[in-house]
Amino acid sequence: MTNQHDALLDLYRQMVLIRRFEEAAAKAYSQGKIGGFLHLYIGQEASAVGALSNLTRDDYVVGTYRDHGLALARGMSARGCMAELYGKVTGCSQGLGGSMHFFDAEKRMMGGYGIVGGHVPLAAGCAFAAKYRGSGEVTLCFLGEGAVSIGDFHEAMSLAALWKLPLVTIVENNEYSMGTPLSRTMSVADASAKALAYGMARDRFEAKDVLVVRERVGAAVERARRESLPTLIEVQTYRYRGHSMSDPGKYRTADEVEERKKDDCIANAERALRALGAGDDVFASVDREIEAAVDDAVRFADESADPGEELIEAYTYA
Amino acid sequence: MRELRYREALREALAEEMERDERVFIVGEEVGHYQGAYKVTEGLLARFGERRVIDAPIAEAGFAGMAIGAAMAGLRPVVEFMTWNFSAVAFDQILNNAAKVRQMSGGQFTCPIVFRGPNGAARQTGSQHSQCFEAFYAHMPGIKVVCPATAADAKGMLKAAVRDDNPVLVLEDERLYGSKGLVPDGDHLAPIGVSAVARAGSHVTVVTWGKMLVASLDAADALAREGVECEVIDLRSVRPLDHAPVIASVEKTGRCLVVQEAWPFGGVGAEVVDRVQRDAFGALAAPVLRVTGRDAPMPYNKKLEDLTIPSTDTVVRGVRALLAY
Repeated sequence: MTNQHDALLDLYRQMVLIRRFEEAAAKAYSQGKIGGFLHLYIGQEASAVGALSNLTRDDYVVGTYRDHGLALARGMSARGCMAELYGKVTGCSQGLGGSMHFFDAEKRMMGGYGIVGGHVPLAAGCAFAAKYRGSGEVTLCFLGEGAVSIGDFHEAMSLAALWKLPLVTIVENNEYSMGTPLSRTMSVADASAKALAYGMARDRFEAKDVLVVRERVGAAVERARRESLPTLIEVQTYRYRGHSMSDPGKYRTADEVEERKKDDCIANAERALRALGAGDDVFASVDREIEAAVDDAVRFADESADPGEELIEAYTYA
Repeated sequence: MRELRYREALREALAEEMERDERVFIVGEEVGHYQGAYKVTEGLLARFGERRVIDAPIAEAGFAGMAIGAAMAGLRPVVEFMTWNFSAVAFDQILNNAAKVRQMSGGQFTCPIVFRGPNGAARQTGSQHSQCFEAFYAHMPGIKVVCPATAADAKGMLKAAVRDDNPVLVLEDERLYGSKGLVPDGDHLAPIGVSAVARAGSHVTVVTWGKMLVASLDAADALAREGVECEVIDLRSVRPLDHAPVIASVEKTGRCLVVQEAWPFGGVGAEVVDRVQRDAFGALAAPVLRVTGRDAPMPYNKKLEDLTIPSTDTVVRGVRALLAY
């Protein structure tokens, strides 16, 4: 098999892991094993997987509360992520963070954040630190299109452009800010157009093909790394599930969702792999491997212990 | 010991910490070329350069959040708010990111950052520029709040704040910047979370912090002439709040007055009252009283402003009210 085949297969495997992981999470949520909010990424997998495939291990990643896909694409363990959803002490944030707050210091996953847009300045800060030290890391920041209306986004973009920070900001436009279509939240449908006001490089493309995401984000990552310049990208995508598990989805039709599923990033990657010579055995093997990994993660989460009462105050202060 | 102005003490603290630790940098509005709105950072740009003394646009949420991210990524930022009034637009960054990132990451990340600037009323700056913020911020677990009242503490507590691995908010005061005091020589550090007896006395315990220490000590002088000896306790740090010296004092005096510039509802003074009634209940000869700022937005008119902010006279009257029980 070719390098191209192997590279795509790796991305395909990550996307399938995210989808199966989240399907299992949705099931566990309906069984009452996961509490609070659960914002699923299903449908958007090519965005995180393609984008993060450009990073080195020292680069920084900052995300929103829709962070499971980002965490898995960053190489965080399915066990640690599932256990966090279950609120267990073995979770990636010891059960103190939950679905919206996945962190991994070693992988420089700087966190998922629950206040819309509030994390964007933090991402600028990670990029600032890299530039201050001259250490060369790039920061990738993810947000939804609903977040571009809040001031923190604007302020962070202003600073990133003014101070020439190595920051790639990826607006995942999934067309709905919770239950409100973008036609009713944005006066200009293209979030990347805001880059013009900051004098910042920009790009805009669909996330149907994970290799396209990889290539286009890759160019922005190179710009950040080599020239220390920020880029604002709008990735056009679509989430199949509700904003969170409690969302009945009455703001869009079932037909619309089914229509969009026909252009699915995982199915597209499978077709591309078959064109490169991959057979049924390859996909069967990936399915078995991912199913085993997700089953293992669920079992691990289920069997893990709750955090002890001593952790309530343990991390309030250093 | 040398005599320094409060603002000079702060400047020395910043310069020494920047000299000591390459990771320390300053960011804020007008901190560099303008030399600081209140001249605290005067000369630091020339000494440390634009890489480490950074003029920010008017974007408090942006640069506060940026600095929090930089702290998570290993730097030790000092953020200047031109006044704490402007921190309100960065409140979410302090509340939801600085105060919480350590906890919600399960202890993986720390946020070693200092936010500093003048707190409380200056002179006739009106309602939006005359507010006390210690109660808002001290309410948050994960945050430390210090209110240095002397030049020595301004230097020592700011240096300690820079070295602390937690977010520390240094609430200074525009009316104190020009005040002079003796500052110990050398690498002077003042511990965070240790209150001090600013004046010993046996009749009434007066608990205060920040600028109100001045009015409280002046009131104690005036009352001493009448034979009333106040023990004045400077909290210095309102979170963590070191109440042991307060309790020890009330055990001795049986009477306690809390003096704060801030509004009366809730707040740091109420926290002190709670601790005193609980831990010194048996010693109390009178209810614990508070002298506070009036419960209204700050008026611009000078006469009304003077009536709104506690003064030496209102503290004296508070002590007399206590003694009347």
